[in-house]
Amino acid sequence: MGEVTLQSSGPLERRKVVSELLQDRGDLLVVTGLGSPSYDAMAAGDNDANFYLWGGMGSAVTIGLGLSLAQPKRPVLVLTGDGEMLMGLGALATAGAKHPRNLSIAVLDNERYGETGMQLTHTAHGVGLAEVATACNFDSSVVITEMDKIGPFRQQTQSTDAGLRFAQIKIKAENVEKVLPSRDGVHVKNRFRAHLGFSPL
Amino acid sequence: MLNKKRPDPLDIWSDQVFDALLAADIKHVAYVPDTGHARLIERAIEEPGMEASVLTTEEEGIGLLLGAWLGGERGVLLMQSSGVGNCINTLSLVQNCRFPFLTLVTMRGEWAEFNGWQTPMAKVTAQAFELMDVLVYRAEQSNEAVKIVSAVADTVFNGDLAAAVLFSQRMIGRKEWAK
Repeated sequence: MGEVTLQSSGPLERRKVVSELLQDRGDLLVVTGLGSPSYDAMAAGDNDANFYLWGGMGSAVTIGLGLSLAQPKRPVLVLTGDGEMLMGLGALATAGAKHPRNLSIAVLDNERYGETGMQLTHTAHGVGLAEVATACNFDSSVVITEMDKIGPFRQQTQSTDAGLRFAQIKIKAENVEKVLPSRDGVHVKNRFRAHLGFSPL
Repeated sequence: MLNKKRPDPLDIWSDQVFDALLAADIKHVAYVPDTGHARLIERAIEEPGMEASVLTTEEEGIGLLLGAWLGGERGVLLMQSSGVGNCINTLSLVQNCRFPFLTLVTMRGEWAEFNGWQTPMAKVTAQAFELMDVLVYRAEQSNEAVKIVSAVADTVFNGDLAAAVLFSQRMIGRKEWAK
């Protein structure tokens, strides 16, 4: 019990998952947690409606929440990793309390801190994330271990009234090519806002 | 007995400050409660078109306000001095993305404080903000609170800057522990 080998993690390939999540994305606004989820989103195709984080670990969900409240007519997807999610677990409670209907959270869970040498996270030690989201007043919360479940979740993420949604997507602990988005936060912010029709100062 | 119900002094300046936030087109109020913010929070919850969001920890408010700004709307973070230390790393978002950041902070641990556990953070509240390039203003008198908040909101939203207004504990008033 509690025994974890370095080989064990999820079955899915992160780049395939993210590419499928972001295909035909329509009006979707995307916030990515620092590290690999930012690279995965970039690898799927840079987009003005992506906001990539390179820091502020633990903030991806709260940024997505603020965005979803300010833009109720656009669907918002937070794409992050298990380590980043764990650093801001309280944000699930904050999102659940506000309960926007246009916000989805997808956690790419490889049970590792990928940026720092693949150290095991809590999810490798028996801690559930999807269960936390359920307890935090999310309308739906699923653990995805098969590629054919990504499409139905993608459809939900593109809705503005399907409710608050969470998916813990079990991916392999693999190192893939780093496809780096811009690290200029001001540029990415201004580009994102321009996409929504807001000009810089 | 003579005078039935006078408005609480805290409510008077809080209402003025709230009106200044409305005038500054603030749409999002993210908060971790404090007695000194009680009236502002009530007003935010009741105000149509305003989103009041309760946080589990103060730094969540920085992310929430960045998200709101990405979506084209202004906000404010309400917290007490003990929460400022929680915000340090997350304030890097304010520097890296340069978005307007306004926070109103009620001071604990500096005047007529019963609970000494509030004092260590109170002593370094202003310095903690300054470490992260957040401008710090301080309201000592209730009749100046609204002027300061209004002026600082102008500075923040006209200049894409980050600023905190500290409400002194003396201005907020003695917390009654016996009740």
